[in-house]
Amino acid sequence: MLDAYFLQQLINGLTIGSAYALIAIGYTMVYGIIGMINFAHGEIYMIGAYTALIAITGLAALGVAFLPIVLLVALICAVIVSSSAGWAVERIAYRPVRGRHRLIPLISAIGMSIFLQNYVHLAQGSRNMGFPLLIEGGFRFGAEGDFQTSISYIQITIFITTLICMAGLSWFIAKSRTGRACRAVSQDLGMSSLLGIDTNRIIAATFVIGAALAAVAGLLLGMYYGSIDPLFGFIAGLKAFTAAVLGGIGSIPGAMLGGLILGVSESMTSGYLSGEYKDVVSFGLLILILLFKPTGLLGKPEVEKI
Amino acid sequence: MATSNLKHALFCAIITLVVSYPILGFNLVSQGTSVGLEGANPTTVTAVFLAALAVFLFQLFRDQIMSGLGRVPKPALPTTRNMSDATRVRMQNLIILFVVIGAAIWPFLASRGSVDLATLVLIYVMLALGLNVVVGLAGLLDLGYVAFYAVGAYTFALLSQYFGISFWVALPTGALLAALFGLALGFPVLRLRGDYLAIVTLGFGEIIRILLNNWTSLTGGPNGIGGIPDPTLFGMEFGRRVKEEGNISFHDFFGIAYDSTHKIIFLYLIALVLAVMTFFAIRRLMQMPVGRSWEALREDEIAARSLGLSRTGVKLSAFTIGAFFAGFAGTVFASKQGFISPESFVFLESAIILAIVVLGGMGSQFGVILAAIAVTILPELAREFSEYRMLIFGAAMVLMMVWRPQGLLPMRRIHIHLDKPE
Repeated sequence: MLDAYFLQQLINGLTIGSAYALIAIGYTMVYGIIGMINFAHGEIYMIGAYTALIAITGLAALGVAFLPIVLLVALICAVIVSSSAGWAVERIAYRPVRGRHRLIPLISAIGMSIFLQNYVHLAQGSRNMGFPLLIEGGFRFGAEGDFQTSISYIQITIFITTLICMAGLSWFIAKSRTGRACRAVSQDLGMSSLLGIDTNRIIAATFVIGAALAAVAGLLLGMYYGSIDPLFGFIAGLKAFTAAVLGGIGSIPGAMLGGLILGVSESMTSGYLSGEYKDVVSFGLLILILLFKPTGLLGKPEVEKI
Repeated sequence: MATSNLKHALFCAIITLVVSYPILGFNLVSQGTSVGLEGANPTTVTAVFLAALAVFLFQLFRDQIMSGLGRVPKPALPTTRNMSDATRVRMQNLIILFVVIGAAIWPFLASRGSVDLATLVLIYVMLALGLNVVVGLAGLLDLGYVAFYAVGAYTFALLSQYFGISFWVALPTGALLAALFGLALGFPVLRLRGDYLAIVTLGFGEIIRILLNNWTSLTGGPNGIGGIPDPTLFGMEFGRRVKEEGNISFHDFFGIAYDSTHKIIFLYLIALVLAVMTFFAIRRLMQMPVGRSWEALREDEIAARSLGLSRTGVKLSAFTIGAFFAGFAGTVFASKQGFISPESFVFLESAIILAIVVLGGMGSQFGVILAAIAVTILPELAREFSEYRMLIFGAAMVLMMVWRPQGLLPMRRIHIHLDKPE
């Protein structure tokens, strides 16, 4: 039965899920190439959201009110700052420990995550900041008097932006020279460096791409939720990582699929059970999928080599 | 000087500016429902530019600086390499004996606040020793360790609230229940590989915390549970007045004046005894076949399995034993605080305990104890910088991993050295 309420939850879920997918790309690409969990990725996303908010408020103070310009400038600022942060994090915290025991980069990443969280906390305070909803309004349909399904323009924007980003990324990975190098490095790091690929540059590029997509998600979700705070990256990062694992870590279509499944299952839980338990359901789902399909939905099975 | 160095230095300086200027240079201010923007004070802006300049200069002269640093001789760490294993173990036991005696006398001379802090240190020592079994010895990455700590603490809090049981009954109950949780979680998930295991345990930790937070009718939700009783000494209570019929208070029994520090010292001594017990129990386990098989499985899973070790059984034993000691620590924590809420069992706590294990040197019990002391006490000493505490903690974790990833005191295995025949 496709009733209006179910449809509404589905729309909400797809919106949030596609934003999760944008963040999940960063996790999945980094994991695919160097096999580490980039714990600080959620913080990169949070920094993107803060930069976007600063840009929007700054433009408003300067008197710029033309919406496309404001959005574009905020997006560019967020992408530049987040990408730089992503690059710097890789350079400072991950490159020196690359290739050591796998716990070492993980601890380094957790340390970086704590550092960035507190950096923004000290600079901007711990209070949550209202994020202006720049794209207002939406459609409603369904019979008058009944429950009406609504799609707001921001939801449409989130969904379309995600599709564009994903299409762009897929094209980039499939066709461009750097993209080809990325695939080569993720298959065999040592071999590709022997064949003359500058692996350090490719790994840095992966971090920058992931950070840029996270910044886009930061702007969009900041507007969608209406407020941000320094801790806002942590739980989103955790969800996005869950999405990446759900879809099969290392696989880009998997991240998209995982994000959508996670988003829909969350909004269904809040719609039909209770909003408080949505995180329980998403982590429960993760545990179940891993138990029955340990490499995720679209992940390649790993062959044990002796 | 190569031009590539100059280019790289310029690039790094620009990145520094881009990362720090927007966030530090502008302050967002809430104005009612909307948000305004202010420029930061000039000192901050100057500092940002100075930092960029510093990065530029460092990157420009990096080769010279690095070769200059390389010439400074590294401080030699004290080594016990030339000692035979038997002497080393005997010396270790002697040191342990002195430290424990010292730690038992110390609270009677120290201030109330520092004894209280020392109890917390001991709780972290127990937690870190327990996690050391899982992460350091068995090589299983557990990011949700705090869940078992929470199970121990809440077991005591709930049982005392609903059934009025005492600390001494709750201590084994909490630990066993935590172990049971470990067993129940471990059974399905332990066949997952490294990072998947990490994320599943993380998810489990979050699930436990969210349940505690939202099951308001049972756990009181975010308000937590208060009024958790203090431990008693053979039925003697440490409060000013006796709470339970038939009990006698400690100061009445000995005919001394009431002093609230008695309770603090008593709790500290309990924590000390439990921490020492944890230390010796795990040290014993490490020398037993089960401990050896943890390490064997960590080093080479395929080889260990082909020699007939049961993968699930060995991993499960490590996981359960780790959870058991977390439950121990949780009960002591609940008793020390007298009040617990889900706030105390967030992911950051798991990260801190993991950081202790890694900083100390995975698998090394002495290292882990040292790191637990350092990680708990240093932030307290840095009270003036309390704002910057977590910032420094995060940075220290990264720097430690870059410079000394093997930890403070790397693990040394007992081994036999064969002399070459002449």
